[in-house]
Amino acid sequence: MSIIKEMPVAKVVRRRRLSADVLKPHEAIPRSYYTATVIISLVLLFGGWSILSYGGFVKPSYFLPTPTQVITAASRMVQSGELALNAQASISVVVIGWVLAAAAALPFGVLMGSFKLFEAFFEPIVDFMRYLPVSAMIPLLILYIGLDIKEKIAVIFLGTFFQLVLLVADVTSHVGKDLLDSAYTLGASRFRVLTIVLVPATLPGVMDALRITLGWAWTYLIVAELVAADNGLGIMIMESQRGLRTDKIFVGLITIGLLGFISDFIFKFLHRRLLPWSPRLRS
Amino acid sequence: MPPKLRLQDITMTFRTRRGAEVLAVDHLSLDVADREFISIVGPSGCGKSTLLRVIAGLVQPASGEVSLDGRRVTGPGADRGMVFQSYTLFPWLTVQGNVEFGPRLKAMPAAERVRLASEYIELVGLKGFERSYPKELSGGMMQRVAIARALANDPEVLLMDEPFGALDAQTRVIMQELLVNLWQRTPKTILFVTHDIDEALFLGDRVYIMTARPGRIKQVLDVHLPRPRAFDITTDPIFVEQKRAVLNSIKEESLKAIGLIGEGTQNGG
Repeated sequence: MSIIKEMPVAKVVRRRRLSADVLKPHEAIPRSYYTATVIISLVLLFGGWSILSYGGFVKPSYFLPTPTQVITAASRMVQSGELALNAQASISVVVIGWVLAAAAALPFGVLMGSFKLFEAFFEPIVDFMRYLPVSAMIPLLILYIGLDIKEKIAVIFLGTFFQLVLLVADVTSHVGKDLLDSAYTLGASRFRVLTIVLVPATLPGVMDALRITLGWAWTYLIVAELVAADNGLGIMIMESQRGLRTDKIFVGLITIGLLGFISDFIFKFLHRRLLPWSPRLRS
Repeated sequence: MPPKLRLQDITMTFRTRRGAEVLAVDHLSLDVADREFISIVGPSGCGKSTLLRVIAGLVQPASGEVSLDGRRVTGPGADRGMVFQSYTLFPWLTVQGNVEFGPRLKAMPAAERVRLASEYIELVGLKGFERSYPKELSGGMMQRVAIARALANDPEVLLMDEPFGALDAQTRVIMQELLVNLWQRTPKTILFVTHDIDEALFLGDRVYIMTARPGRIKQVLDVHLPRPRAFDITTDPIFVEQKRAVLNSIKEESLKAIGLIGEGTQNGG
């Protein structure tokens, strides 16, 4: 009997004419090229900002604060605790609202993506709701809930829940039929197929859906805080605008950007850690 | 001796998007003896894959019935294992985990399960890859795991739906030899669907040729090749002669399938 051992598919390493291939679609480029390009991008961004602000090209000058002004403002806000207080208020609203939405949306999405009956029942409602701008619902929410933190959590919840349901339903409905059929022919019952095949098969897609909607949650946060809030990054930005403090606005914006960047990073880390088998990971 | 597997008068229809009813399999009957290796060939769209799904219990026939050891098949079950053309390994399970899937469902004790899985992994030549995930394997390796997974579940009948169809020609030949060797060691009742005539003859005891849609059995051919078989048998004069017979028979059907000759002209030429 000829038993042939194959090695796992290895990446082909070959020398290539770099100048010609860097602009070939989907072509891999050397790591050093990648890193260098990232650095150039950051330098251009920071350099452009520096030239425009220090050079006084933007009139009136308070429209665009200089990097020095932003850094000074940031360090003052960090020392006074203002930044931490506001960031913490915003993070808790975003995380609570988004976690509640995720907890409710996952079972819904899996059911909608698995059973045509659930799809027929819920899809029209979900499709309609997701096109309603959350901001348009704020007056109702204030009426129903009031002005405290619960109202802001509700905004985040409504903003992400319907999107998440549809994303999860889509991921679930795309699980290959042959994968489920294999499980049936191995003796699995319908319930088993749902719990030990369909659900694990959706995990990589669900992970991506969670990551994407957490990003969206931040955009709804600002809308939620604009109406009424004591603390939060959104309200901090609003108040800075009244005082023409663009340096503080910049600090707020950069903070939100960094928080998004960090949460994205955490998700990618978790994906790698929890789902090492995921076909979505590049090895 | 009663047949292991009996298909009686199976008819399958499906509905197109426009609502028209299409007859896919037309009053098809066939008997398979215990430990027989049956190949089923036919032009594309002749309903040969549908037939396997009916036997697996994954779809219900419009009429007719399938029985295994005299018992009527009503739904899918572990007694009819299946290997698909597409890659169907569970991506979150390792090679070991995939092969243990069926025995685990049967609540086989862990120690026994592990031993059984290792045995089948070794049998398909993948010792050393127990802890690999499917995404780390090549197409041929994944199909070998799929075969091991189906066999470790000890089915009465193994249904194979063009399992090597997505593999390159060289890998395919290796896989065919591996399968024929496995079968010679531990004979199982196998129904193997393919459109590759060499493959059908090389593997099977009998070759069923199906007509273009609606699928019926057009011809049954006993393969007169001795066992054990190795791949050089494909140059044997008997092989070549039988291949010519199958080719002629199937070509007529393929022409019908793509509409080059009509139903009425099939015997005219």
